[in-house]
Amino acid sequence: MRPAVLTGEYFMTGDVACAEGALAAGCRFFGGYPITPATEIAEHISGRLPEVGGTFIQMEDEIAAIASVIGASCAGVKSMTATSGPGFSLMMENLGLAICTETPCVLVNVQRAGPSTGLPTQGAQGDMMQARWGSHGHYEIIALAPSSPQEIFYQTIDAFNLSETYRVPVLIMTDEMIGHLSERVVIPDAKTIQTVSRPSPKGRKDRFNPYEAGPNGVAPMAAAGEGYHIHVTGLTHDQRGYPVMTVEAQEWMMNQLVGKIRRNLDDIIRTEAYRLEDADIVIVSYGVSARTSLAAVDEARDQGIRAGLLRLITVWPFPESQIRELAKRVKGFLTVELNLGQMHLEVERCAAGRAPAFLVGHPGGTIIPPDDVIQALKEHF
Amino acid sequence: MTQANKGGQRQEIVFTGFGGQGIVLAGRILGKAAVIGDHRQSTLVQAYGPEARGGACSAQVIIADQAIHYPYVRRPDVLVCMSQAGFDKFIGQMKEGGTLLIDKDLVQPKGVSGDFFSIPSSRMAEELGRIMLANIIMLGFFTAVTGAVSVDAARDAVVKSVPKGTEEMNATAFNKGCDYGLAVLKGREKKASGKAGA
Repeated sequence: MRPAVLTGEYFMTGDVACAEGALAAGCRFFGGYPITPATEIAEHISGRLPEVGGTFIQMEDEIAAIASVIGASCAGVKSMTATSGPGFSLMMENLGLAICTETPCVLVNVQRAGPSTGLPTQGAQGDMMQARWGSHGHYEIIALAPSSPQEIFYQTIDAFNLSETYRVPVLIMTDEMIGHLSERVVIPDAKTIQTVSRPSPKGRKDRFNPYEAGPNGVAPMAAAGEGYHIHVTGLTHDQRGYPVMTVEAQEWMMNQLVGKIRRNLDDIIRTEAYRLEDADIVIVSYGVSARTSLAAVDEARDQGIRAGLLRLITVWPFPESQIRELAKRVKGFLTVELNLGQMHLEVERCAAGRAPAFLVGHPGGTIIPPDDVIQALKEHF
Repeated sequence: MTQANKGGQRQEIVFTGFGGQGIVLAGRILGKAAVIGDHRQSTLVQAYGPEARGGACSAQVIIADQAIHYPYVRRPDVLVCMSQAGFDKFIGQMKEGGTLLIDKDLVQPKGVSGDFFSIPSSRMAEELGRIMLANIIMLGFFTAVTGAVSVDAARDAVVKSVPKGTEEMNATAFNKGCDYGLAVLKGREKKASGKAGA
């Protein structure tokens, strides 16, 4: 039996590194349904979870897969699922249930080209807006985008920590290229890995209000069966978790769901700057396209073009204030992504006309070569 | 090792053949050897499709000392072909002056005017009793000829990457390919010095 944290140096795919990151974060339940190119996450973790006392269930479809994850999390177990394309669409309704019931869980989307069945074996980044708005109603969500197998290992830990801290589903919006890319992955000593668990309740079990927020806007969470009075519903509810069909209850609940994220943006948002200090053109990118962009920045600099990269690590919430600040001093933005303009719209919105925003987009199935970025830099600036 | 391990030099390598030959495994072993054994940077991207089994298949490996930003091969420095379809598809992309390695029974290097290296890896694997060893023989040959990874790192990565119980057989296959490559290099050296002497 191997331990949960497989300390060592590996040549590993992104999908496998994601599964190992989940185990290191304390994930002990995976409910899934296989789908290319996310299957390797389920395949790998199905072998590993029994080694660490966890549970793997292959459900009948993706709707049930995320339902099982929400249920396991309500029972107090850190839980996750992984899917792609059509599976992500099927999970949208229950993603809303997890948001409304403030149930921590991690959902990995190894993006492939769509719409519909699309290109099952070839990657894209076309689900970025679906990640933000795919479930009905208004909400805030956290989504991360890793750019390497090493990063997906750490981001999966981070995803669990954020999810447990804020009682919100966290999406890992990776892509087929990163999922199937093999690279060096160093798994550190277990003692150096920081994990966070949901705030646990104190006080009388019969006077517990499961949705009464603590100081950071997040309510402590009791596990089902622990003895605390709990009630979990997708209906609009009050602090007790009971359905209340009033405007006031809707306003109160929405303020809690949205406020806990909006009031903690500084803690949640992560970006990385590459050669940005003296840049007058900002490339904005994430996931596999950030790899293209890193190479493009170096090649542009060699040609005397002062480009830098703002790499989105958190894609949602979007780093609005960073773009606004940059817009005051730079010549413009160039978003590089494997869709026909999604995060580009956010950049454009936040630049608000202070600096022009352009797009190097592609509908997916392949990666964007650095030359296309260089060409766009020359064309627009 | 005849050629020095090309430290400092970025190398882009494509392994190609048909699905089922272990092309991706060969690429994975190569990347592992570079990262774990030689402590360098490496990336592996595998061409992946529903049609892979029996169809054209490839593994793209980059080895470098610096961080590899863009992990896709643009112009291979080394092209290893274990099928005609793979050769036909990739030969046009190879860098000028790049190194071509082929399985001599499976690939006709049509239109190649320059130098290349060939080995009957599939035939040698059959002689060892297992056609499945052809990729490992080719990897040994590749290691000897290109020096892209060190022989020890590559052999170690082979042993650690194959199913339990087959380690010895695979190490033997690797050594056979490696020896074949060293003999080819030696023959060339002799020929070159003979020419120089004449």
